[in-house]
Amino acid sequence: MLSRTADNLFWLARYVERAEYLARIIEASTRLANLPSAYAGSSNEWESAVATAGCAPLFYQNYDKATRETVIDFLAFSPDNPSSIRSCFEVARTNARSVRTALTMDMWDAINSAWLDLGKYRASNLKQDEQLGGFLSFVKETGLRFDGSAYRTMLRSDGYWFSRLGVMIERADNTARILDVKYHVLLPDAEHIGGSLDYFQWSAILRAVSALTAYHWVYKESLKPWLVADLLILNDQMPRSLAACYESLVRNLDSLSLAYGRQGPAQRAARAIRTKLENARIDDVFQSGLHEFVSDFIADNNRLGAAITQQYLT
Amino acid sequence: MPDDVAAFDEMNIAGGGVRPAYETLAHWLKSVPEGLLETRAREAEALFRRIGITFAVYGDAESTERLIPFDVVPRVLTYAEWATLSGGLTQRVKAINAFLNDVYGRREILRAGIVPEDLVYRNPAFRPEMNQQPVPHGIYVMIAGIDIVRVDGDTFYVLEDNARTPSGVSYMLENREVMFRLFPELFAQHRVAPVENYTDDLLATLKSVAPISASADPTCVLLTPGQFNSAYYEHTFLADKLGVELVEGRDLFVKGDIVYMRTTQGPKRVDVIYRRLDDEFLDPLTFRPDSALGVPGLISAYHHGNVTLANAVGTGVADDKAVYSYMPEIVKFYLGEEPILKNVPTFRCREADGLGYVLDNLKDLVVKEVHGSGGYGMLIGPKATSAEIEIFRQKLKKDPENFIAQPTLALSTCPTLVEEGVAPRHVDLRPFVLTGRDKVRIVPGGLTRVALKQGSLVVNSSQGGGTKDTWVLDC
Repeated sequence: MLSRTADNLFWLARYVERAEYLARIIEASTRLANLPSAYAGSSNEWESAVATAGCAPLFYQNYDKATRETVIDFLAFSPDNPSSIRSCFEVARTNARSVRTALTMDMWDAINSAWLDLGKYRASNLKQDEQLGGFLSFVKETGLRFDGSAYRTMLRSDGYWFSRLGVMIERADNTARILDVKYHVLLPDAEHIGGSLDYFQWSAILRAVSALTAYHWVYKESLKPWLVADLLILNDQMPRSLAACYESLVRNLDSLSLAYGRQGPAQRAARAIRTKLENARIDDVFQSGLHEFVSDFIADNNRLGAAITQQYLT
Repeated sequence: MPDDVAAFDEMNIAGGGVRPAYETLAHWLKSVPEGLLETRAREAEALFRRIGITFAVYGDAESTERLIPFDVVPRVLTYAEWATLSGGLTQRVKAINAFLNDVYGRREILRAGIVPEDLVYRNPAFRPEMNQQPVPHGIYVMIAGIDIVRVDGDTFYVLEDNARTPSGVSYMLENREVMFRLFPELFAQHRVAPVENYTDDLLATLKSVAPISASADPTCVLLTPGQFNSAYYEHTFLADKLGVELVEGRDLFVKGDIVYMRTTQGPKRVDVIYRRLDDEFLDPLTFRPDSALGVPGLISAYHHGNVTLANAVGTGVADDKAVYSYMPEIVKFYLGEEPILKNVPTFRCREADGLGYVLDNLKDLVVKEVHGSGGYGMLIGPKATSAEIEIFRQKLKKDPENFIAQPTLALSTCPTLVEEGVAPRHVDLRPFVLTGRDKVRIVPGGLTRVALKQGSLVVNSSQGGGTKDTWVLDC
């Protein structure tokens, strides 16, 4: 297929996934911000949302203070933020239009309807949490619908594999960043690790990735930071975990190399990262620092994205 | 068009009765329950919007993507009428191809004084780069969309020969699809000739004109300027139905005078390019150096016979409105036959007699720029204010060569669903003629465009016209 088509499919999938992730970040922050004051931390949940989304510098160029209003406006609607939900949907739709022949009707419909429906929402209409909830559901449902359409209707050939690669690279990045929330949401000095605020913060993270129930099924224990990290990093049964994303990345890259009859740097990079994850032990991760581990992973993941681009998409 | 000009009604016979081709349809129109047509029209619109069949209107900031209004009442032609049209179209396109081979080759028609030399040489669509450069298999216009109007029961005129990159065929095909979905009962009652094989015909045509050096299964692509082009929907539609890659200039590159496309598996050689990009954007090395839409080196590869462009470069010289006026002579000169399809009588303002007549009769004439299209830059005399007529008079005097004029035609009307119910509206017809190395292919039908405003003669989609399905009936 045309490199440009593959590139568009890859990024289309990434942008839809990213929009969903932003909705999850906003949801987690709302939850943390709504904790009763007895549990309240330093009220920096909205700052952490911006930091987690990886766009703090740009945010502070546009706003003085991170509040519910400014952060939702910036992360959800701002045309000045190239990674806002609105921008994600817009780029996704532009990409979709330029490769319509490579999309199934259902996929096009999902992204086109989402773009048309997005116009109904304004930051000013989301002052109530209930209204915000409706909006966040709409964004998450768009992700589900797009992903589900791809899963159910696309031919299992290179177009599908490139689109899965986009989803998984983005998802791995997002999961890593969500884990890093805890690094950015500093516990107030008086609060101790393992205290009730700590607990709520970890549970908000699990909820954000819809994994709270899974946690209980897997560990049958109360929330422990290292077990949350184990679930989201190393447990390949957990579909958002870094390990699961890399299972999928390796598999889809293998499908490509089989179909094309040759493999290259992208296949090797993906396997190397998977091996790193397979060999990691959660105790060691905490020993050397979760934040450091996550930062290294994000850099590795970016390098894989660049290798895929180099090998197939230019 | 003044309403006082009696237009030929394709359904109703003046003084009562219905023309035979429309009998079943007229009966059905009478018997449909109140409101059904309106309901179906809304369903059709929803279908079009959902599928995303849009048309970008230049300079329309509010809606860069607009639906072309679709009329649910089909236009009906008999098979006998179609046979005449189809014969005339084939003849016309043969003559156009002979003309193009000649003006870029031996120039016999110019030497014979049939067509004035300067009309060709000074024509902005004439491409000197094509002089003495044979094109693969001698075919210039593989895809033509010839605009036809009807003025009475027997007379069809050719209004324009679109020999560059005619669009609209996706609407012909989608209109039929939508009609199938909305009115299955009508298809059960009529024997409508199919048009769905158009895309198969197009692919066969494109493959047939591949360079001789190409493999037995040549690689064809469709070259689009991109998603901001007004016909982008059509480009994606056709690429999809043809099963070929929809490429932009940046997807192609030329190496050693061979054209390749960039794919995920490395470079792949391209043999035939159905280009929906105008000549001057094709290759920045040959034409506009500022164009980023084209492919550097494409024309050199073309001249080396390594790739076929459909349509060829420089075909615009044949659908220039001034050259159009010579088309009857062109048909006779190359084919030795009488033209089956007539031209609309045309006054050439470049000639003193013509200009004099036009200036004296502006209020009765339609005046067009010879290189204009899309209904822009024209004067419709009977509809114009005296101030507008004066402005055009000055334009004409200043630059007479730039204009032709035609009498305002009483374009035929077809029953059309409008606000006040089903009422006659003026229509034209664009059939699509495919010329391959082996044969000419035309699917029975075409795109009928309809002026939705009462009395209006402007059917262009860029001017708010609509479309309807065109039925050729086996009756």
